[in-house]
Amino acid sequence: MKIIVCVKQVPDAKDVRLDPKTNTLSRDGVESIMNPFDRHALEAAVVLKEQYGGTVTAITMGPPQAEEVLRDAVSCGADDGVLVSDRAFAGADTWATTYTLAKAVEKLGEFDLIICGKQAIDGDTAQVGPGLAQRLDIPYVAYARKINECVDGTIRLERLMDDGYDEIEMEMPALLTVVKEINEPRVPSLKGKMKAKKMQATVLSAADIGAAPESLGLQGSTTQVVKVFSPQFSAEKCMLTGTVDELVDQLLDKLEELL
Amino acid sequence: MNYFLSEEQQMIVDVAGQITTEKIIPQRAELDEKEEFPTEILQDIAKADLFGLYIPEEYGGFGGGSFDMALALEQFARGCVGIATSFAASALGAYPILISGSEELKQKYMPVIASGEKWAAFGLTEANAGSDASGIQTTAVLEGDEWVLNGTKQWITNAGDAKIYSVIAITDRSKGPRGASMFVVEDGDPGFSYGVKEKKLGIRASSTRELIFKDCRIPKDRLIGRQGTGFFTVMRTLDLSRPGIASLGVGLGQGALDEAVLYAKQRVQFGKPVISFQAVQHILADMAIQLEAARALVYATARHIDSGAKDISKVSSMCKVMATDMAMKVTTDAVQVLAGHGYMREYPVEKMMRDAKILQIYEGTNQIQRNVIGQALNKEYSRS
Repeated sequence: MKIIVCVKQVPDAKDVRLDPKTNTLSRDGVESIMNPFDRHALEAAVVLKEQYGGTVTAITMGPPQAEEVLRDAVSCGADDGVLVSDRAFAGADTWATTYTLAKAVEKLGEFDLIICGKQAIDGDTAQVGPGLAQRLDIPYVAYARKINECVDGTIRLERLMDDGYDEIEMEMPALLTVVKEINEPRVPSLKGKMKAKKMQATVLSAADIGAAPESLGLQGSTTQVVKVFSPQFSAEKCMLTGTVDELVDQLLDKLEELL
Repeated sequence: MNYFLSEEQQMIVDVAGQITTEKIIPQRAELDEKEEFPTEILQDIAKADLFGLYIPEEYGGFGGGSFDMALALEQFARGCVGIATSFAASALGAYPILISGSEELKQKYMPVIASGEKWAAFGLTEANAGSDASGIQTTAVLEGDEWVLNGTKQWITNAGDAKIYSVIAITDRSKGPRGASMFVVEDGDPGFSYGVKEKKLGIRASSTRELIFKDCRIPKDRLIGRQGTGFFTVMRTLDLSRPGIASLGVGLGQGALDEAVLYAKQRVQFGKPVISFQAVQHILADMAIQLEAARALVYATARHIDSGAKDISKVSSMCKVMATDMAMKVTTDAVQVLAGHGYMREYPVEKMMRDAKILQIYEGTNQIQRNVIGQALNKEYSRS
């Protein structure tokens, strides 16, 4: 099985600051780490490799120093790393990022599964995983909490929901994003660290992946951060009980209240 | 202090340190309280390749030496000596096979021990054979193609949880010290069972049971080395393992110092953090001095052993005594610095103090170590 794991280098949440002028995250002097959800994605991939055989390739888009996150991935069980890096990618939003990643993944050739963390702790959009699946025109499941099996080109898994979980069967190639409940990521191994030290990441530029310049970076982005705030969730749940007729009446009353 | 670690050695410290911080420290209090064997943590250690640290590469290990092992043990013990002991005891069970075992035995057992798939243990102590190993009563008699073992081993670390046991038994009592031999006994061998789990003062995450042999039959080729070399193998094993116990002392001392200093910085009395009082500072200073001196001796000893030195009994005993006496002193002082809080189970130092005591006892009491050192001195000075 050929598995690709998307990893992102993010500022360590311990010491993140917002730039008041641009409303973007200030990364100066902040230590970079692998996005914590991506650690769970990597662990899920490595466990699948141990179960079914195959390879795990870690891919990241970022500046040259993002190679460090690929070394980290290799020390925890990935076989190799791909760095998608070009000055033209700078300022990309999730639209431009998924375009770039999709081009890079196509360049890498056939694969069975792409695994991403559910979201990155810096941008918190949770859009890149699903967006990448759309770009590649493959099925996806977000918020996977358990992988049951992968047989005959089909993956069976559970998706975490607010009030339980869904059991899903999906044909591969496919993409999934994982929540932290899926596993307990391992610490790097000694042999992994040695391998990581020697690793030469494959570096792919805009030209290497055959990307259209106007679709990249700031130019290719359709959104811009205007303001950063924590949204308030006001959704409430209420259970209606009774006979069908009573339920219909209650439901109509509720709807009337809301209208 | 810069001990000039190689890049690989720094990696060992980093990997073992991360396991300690992320896996061991958060779970140590619960495992101690429940006296529960740290199965999952040992599996994490296995995934990180550390069970094979000291095993040659041709048997699936990392090919490291005493110093590499010392660095890993120090990190684990900084978190929990009980868990570190479970890890170290597997090495203790593997050393006899590595030192004296046939190529076939090494091929059979080393790869599964190196991968952490199976844990090992060492069976020496008996009811009448503690410091005096010559009191061994367990016997092994060759009957056809099988050895038949009878007797009981006492206080065996990892017993019941390990799958591979290196055990010493008398094969010919008339030959005295040359009448003992070592064998590999596997979990599930006919006639082999375990006693009840012992209740201990400290290192409660580690398991301690009896090994009971009642007409236990094992294949002839499970003999480790030649017949009659059992004591030689045991002595060589202990020479190699003592710096490991010393490293547990260093790690434990470091853990206790860390707790004591951090506490003294935040505990306020008389309007000031207690670290500002000279009475507390001096305790902490003495802890730091003894800890660093012990670490320096342990590292120097481990490097001496790795250089291929032959006479290692004296230095190996010296570092074991110094580092474990230090650990007892430093953990006791840590409890004193934390005072009332230190005595409560809510804080980790009372456990550290309970754990420290075994280090002065197992793998040869510190009194026996001093005998070894004294005898070596006598021998050294008789030569000139």
